[in-house]
Amino acid sequence: MPRRAALFLLLAPLLPAAAARGAVGDPAERLADPALEARARAIGRELRCLVCQNQSIEDSNADLARDLRRLVRERIAAGASDAEVVRFVHARYGDFVLLRPPLTAATALLWAMPALALAGGGAAILLALRRRRAAPDAAVETAPLSEAERARLAALEAEGGERRPS
Amino acid sequence: MIPELGHFALALACAVALAQGVLPLVGAARGDARLIALAPPLAAAQALAAFAAFVALAWSFAVNDTTVLGVVQNSHSAKPLLYKLTGTWGNHEGSMVLWVLILALCGGAVAGFGRRLPGALQARVLAVLAWIAVGFLLFILATSNPFRRVWPPAPDGQGLNPVLQDPGLAFHPPLLYLGYVGFAVTFAFAVAALLEGRVDAAWGRWVRPWALAAWAFLTLGIALGSWWAYYELGWGGFWFWDPVENASLLPWLAGTALLHSAIVVEKREALKVWTVLLALLAFALSLLGTFLVRSGVLNSVHAFASDPARGVFILVLLALYVGGGFALFAARAPALAPAGVFAPLSREGALVLNNLFLCSIGAVVLSGTLYPLFADLVLGVKISVGPPFFHTAILPLAAPLLLAMPIGTLLPWKRARLWPVLQRLWWAALAAAGALLLALALAGARVWPALGFAAAAWLIGGAAADLADRLALFRRPAAAWARARGLPRAAWGAALAHAGLGLTLAGIAGMGLATEALVALRPGESARLAGYTWRLEAVRDVAGPNWSARRATVTVGRDGAVVAVLEPERRFFPLGRQTTTEAAIATDLLRDLYAVLGEERDGAAILRLHHNPLAPWIWLGAAVMALGGGLSLSDRRVRVAAPAPRGATVPA
Amino acid sequence: MNDTGSLPHAPPRDAAAARTARSRRWLLYAPLAAAGGAVLGFWALLRGLGTGRYDPRGVPSALIGQPVPDFALPPLEGAGLPGLSAADLRGGLERPALVNFWASWCVPCLVEHPLLMRLAREGTPVFGINYKDRPEDARAFLGRHGNPFARLGADQPGRVAIDWGVYGVPETYLVDRGGVIRWRWAGPLTPPLLESELRPLLRRHA
Repeated sequence: MPRRAALFLLLAPLLPAAAARGAVGDPAERLADPALEARARAIGRELRCLVCQNQSIEDSNADLARDLRRLVRERIAAGASDAEVVRFVHARYGDFVLLRPPLTAATALLWAMPALALAGGGAAILLALRRRRAAPDAAVETAPLSEAERARLAALEAEGGERRPS
Repeated sequence: MIPELGHFALALACAVALAQGVLPLVGAARGDARLIALAPPLAAAQALAAFAAFVALAWSFAVNDTTVLGVVQNSHSAKPLLYKLTGTWGNHEGSMVLWVLILALCGGAVAGFGRRLPGALQARVLAVLAWIAVGFLLFILATSNPFRRVWPPAPDGQGLNPVLQDPGLAFHPPLLYLGYVGFAVTFAFAVAALLEGRVDAAWGRWVRPWALAAWAFLTLGIALGSWWAYYELGWGGFWFWDPVENASLLPWLAGTALLHSAIVVEKREALKVWTVLLALLAFALSLLGTFLVRSGVLNSVHAFASDPARGVFILVLLALYVGGGFALFAARAPALAPAGVFAPLSREGALVLNNLFLCSIGAVVLSGTLYPLFADLVLGVKISVGPPFFHTAILPLAAPLLLAMPIGTLLPWKRARLWPVLQRLWWAALAAAGALLLALALAGARVWPALGFAAAAWLIGGAAADLADRLALFRRPAAAWARARGLPRAAWGAALAHAGLGLTLAGIAGMGLATEALVALRPGESARLAGYTWRLEAVRDVAGPNWSARRATVTVGRDGAVVAVLEPERRFFPLGRQTTTEAAIATDLLRDLYAVLGEERDGAAILRLHHNPLAPWIWLGAAVMALGGGLSLSDRRVRVAAPAPRGATVPA
Repeated sequence: MNDTGSLPHAPPRDAAAARTARSRRWLLYAPLAAAGGAVLGFWALLRGLGTGRYDPRGVPSALIGQPVPDFALPPLEGAGLPGLSAADLRGGLERPALVNFWASWCVPCLVEHPLLMRLAREGTPVFGINYKDRPEDARAFLGRHGNPFARLGADQPGRVAIDWGVYGVPETYLVDRGGVIRWRWAGPLTPPLLESELRPLLRRHA
């Protein structure tokens, strides 16, 4: 870490373009055809600017990001498909350059997380519901109000306002 | 002299906090009323000492005392006074002082406003807060002394990071800390409840205002940070799924879940174990954020200069507080007398669903944030997890949540039937369908923004339907006014907050239709974007207090009339040799005209022009959400004393 | 996740319910376990940060184990050195070689320069690729600090650097005799690194 940090510290004043902000881009680098340019932008947003961290190459004016932007546009202008362009960059910079991690054994857990979280939480809720059904007295329909509930009901009634006419 | 006094005040606050952490706890355990009664005055004393320390530090910054290292490193005499003062917390050491100040003030508030709390509960809450304060005060004193002197004094400071010289960023940290620290209070309530072995409706009622306040501040803090990124970073984006942004979003998600589950505790005395867990979790995630930002384990545009020694210290604190809280939870949660049953289809059931989806989203955000770190450490692979992942992974979880929101608010407690509720929402559904078709018709086949508008209309329509229903607006219009006055503010607040989320969604959907152009213009030339003519009038030099700038004047016209004059700047700060862009934004609340000035070449200036439909609604919606939280907070039932816990709630 | 259970007046639970209660109690330890795991993980991260095993900035090369990419670079104007192309690296080197991306404006390049000189003196072929530099600056740099390079290509647009997966200068690649990339170092070479990593690799691929 220190070596790399030092490297960037040393480089920063020498490379004004490497500043993460204060940059706008260059009209000359854009494609004339709006449809192609839109494709290039969509691809660029999937690619990480390697030197500035957590920014896509479309959102950075680091030298390398600028070069990669130009590269993406050249490939597109040459007729490459979106997947081919991404593959081209991926072959050179590896998984790290992809802001959408590819589905591999190493990232399976990450991609499964939405389903896992939902299934885990859902299973816990179902378990709780089933257990309630196992205790017949607790069934909603037949449970008489307990002393505590009657008291609370009275309190709520006194508070008023909150209940809706149904 | 004043810095030494400040340093002493920090040490004093630490000593007082130590007493506040021990004596009331002993008192509550032994039932000793005198020791219990010590808690509020000790909390007040700690707040005073922390305040004194903060004032001493702010004073050093205000007078630019260059014998103080923090001032030398982060300030400069040429800075406007406002930014000298906000510079107090624009660095690691000072921000920690602000953190403990807010914590101490929260303790003071619990002591002051909590007079109706049962004495033992209040004593325990204050003691837990004191232990948190002790940890962070020791952290400051041991690793991050903000009052360290340098000799000989530097001729002047080295200047504050120009990016921090901005009102948005200056007030972003205090709001965030109010949120984080607010969750320290709910954490303290949860720990106190576990120590007592009792959670009941009264507890829910005590916790909810703190959760609400913390949540509202966190909402504002996150929104301010996002707004800052929008106008300062100059790329027109407002949320980058940066790890540090995620670190603030995580407690927000847990806090949102807590806010909703605490209602169930209050109304139905159900979900108690879960609510206690959420209260612990919200603060745990706040601490996690602190650790991630300050330890250097991740790198981010936002991260403070990292120091492994600090990282270890915060990790130890995290382990103690979070581990302690969860260990207590595992040991004592079974003792929380369970009560209250309900059918799946009921308001409670809907709130459980809300919690399920919010926590699943939280799990995705957490894993997306931490996965690259642990994949590197454990598997040795370097991956990036960026916006495309979060969008893909969160959408399927957010969609059902948004769909269920208006339905849930209309479901009655205990048990419900779906059909009558859906009948009351038919016109909200109609509005959503209308928004969808309108967006498709106006903006072409842009499906995602159109769906976003539909969801926004559904939420806002649903909130309106909820209010109309409570007021019986259509059934008995004459009595609606009287009912509106009688309706609890919490109901208004909930509807407002839900509608605010709708506004934010509409803004995000609008940004999906944003267009931009990158042009090189000579003075007098113009470009066209989104039906507007953008004409560059001139570019000239401007001098600021501690910067110089190039400022462009761009007049934006439509149909021959001038709509707005934009003056984007490129500022150069000689100290630190940094350049920042100051985007110029003209808004009429329906769209932002946004211009950024780039380099100049051969007499032409490069300009990036953005047309961002509905962009302001993103932050407007967040403000409305926070306002809803505030309105709920001012509810009579929050202010009035909670009833004493009922004897019927048997502690096991 | 949900508090269920009987109302205060409910009869004692049956055996099945008691079993689920026990399994639920076990679940209550899950947050503690998760937090414990997270703390241990973070501790390992912090330790790794200290020892250099974990580096949030380091990006591994995607080209390790692959033949050098196709490229042909012209010589640096007026340096009197031949240019560099893939053929030079694939065509049966006698010894493993280093390919060093550098620029005269890069301070760490200056820091590592004496090491490159030493390696070149010891007989390791060192090839240079001059990255986004002005020829006169590059020539002046070599004139002042010495020339370690057997061949030197000039990559002014920085396109060949992208083909190599370079993300900053200096970066140094080890190419074995068959023209396959075996190792990459991003950042300046240092004497400890030379002894601990580079020399063993040079021996292994000799």
